[in-house]
Amino acid sequence: MSSKEWPLWEVFIRSKQGLSHKHVGSLRAADAQMAIDNARDVYTRRSEGISIWVIESKLVTASDPDESAELFEPADSKIYRHPTFYNVPDGISHM
Amino acid sequence: MSTKNIEELEKEFQAKIDADIKIEPNDWMPEAYRKTLMRQISQHAHSEIVGMLPEGNWITRAPSLKRKAVLLAKVQDEAGHGLYLYSAAETLGLDRESSIDDLHSGKAKYSSIFNYPTLSWADMGTIGWLVDGAAIMNQVPLCRCSYGPYARAMVRVCKEESFHQRQGFEIVSLLANGTPEQKQMVQDSLNRFWWPSLMMFGPNDDNSPNSAQSVKWKIKRMSNDELRQQFIDVTVPQAEMVGLTIPDKDLKWNEATGHYDFGAINWEEFNQVIQGNGPCNKDRIDARRNAKENGAWVREAANAFAEKRKKKELTH
Ligand SMILES: [Fe+2]
Ligand SMILES: [Fe+2]
Repeated sequence: MSSKEWPLWEVFIRSKQGLSHKHVGSLRAADAQMAIDNARDVYTRRSEGISIWVIESKLVTASDPDESAELFEPADSKIYRHPTFYNVPDGISHM
Repeated sequence: MSTKNIEELEKEFQAKIDADIKIEPNDWMPEAYRKTLMRQISQHAHSEIVGMLPEGNWITRAPSLKRKAVLLAKVQDEAGHGLYLYSAAETLGLDRESSIDDLHSGKAKYSSIFNYPTLSWADMGTIGWLVDGAAIMNQVPLCRCSYGPYARAMVRVCKEESFHQRQGFEIVSLLANGTPEQKQMVQDSLNRFWWPSLMMFGPNDDNSPNSAQSVKWKIKRMSNDELRQQFIDVTVPQAEMVGLTIPDKDLKWNEATGHYDFGAINWEEFNQVIQGNGPCNKDRIDARRNAKENGAWVREAANAFAEKRKKKELTH
């Protein structure tokens, strides 16, 4: 039997107007339209969404977890990027 | 690239687990952890899919349009559960097709409970109440499992399961309060499903060799016997409330332990069913195989259509 397996798709759902799309899982489908249709049935059976994005999983580029220390270290050392780094004199409000 | 040796990696891995940090698909993990999860998640997925069959048996014979719509929705949820779980297993490198082939060849296991027949409409009630009830007991601790994709799938599944249990219990309590024949029908159903439901939690802890490692990895949070006891403790009062009798003459509230004592489980029966000799094992696997074979042309047609659409897009 010919059996080209349907590709894997990642599914993102916007749960309501004003919120961003969020990753909810993945599924298999022959093409993008079918992925949207299947995502409707698999991930929104209880009105969990008003909009769906799908992207073929192989197109996602991810950062390497083994390199996450080096990748994210620069942010860790820059505590002056946070408002709590600064002293605000007593008596100053609205800041 | 990491230059750490295996022991260092394993130590770091266990430290993450101990600190309740979830493991995600691309993180380093011991091969045995990956294998254990792949087996457990795929068995779980197979159970959701095969689990549609005993209930599917009654969709066309539901006693009202309302019950039919409810049962359809429930069975559709189970298909969804299977899909969430196959996807979770694929993040570990599982090959979906070959895993399904393993189910069809009898190599892969699924929950023993689905090898029992559904002989009356009351079984739709009993299954929701007991089988989904037992599944919930098993699955709630899995929402805190150390592997992120499995834990997230379980959160979705658990949200949906509570409707399954309630619709089942509603059927049970209506029949239990119905005519003498209806009451008899639901009591008979409870008699048939009680013991197989208790077996759903798996062998006794003494006979469950892999459990300790799974607990250490936080794949498993509670032991088989703990979960079984918890299930009995919450279910017995529900049966009493609707006037049904649990088919266990040794069942007795134990004041000292604060739990119900219960009779011996027939593990020989459990082992037979697991080994493929239950009343419906052959039917279930045949049904799955036929579904795959008879649906092959649909999958091929979808591929052909996708190809055609792609070509059209390219020429525009
Ligand atoms: Fe389920
Ligand atoms: Fe269920």
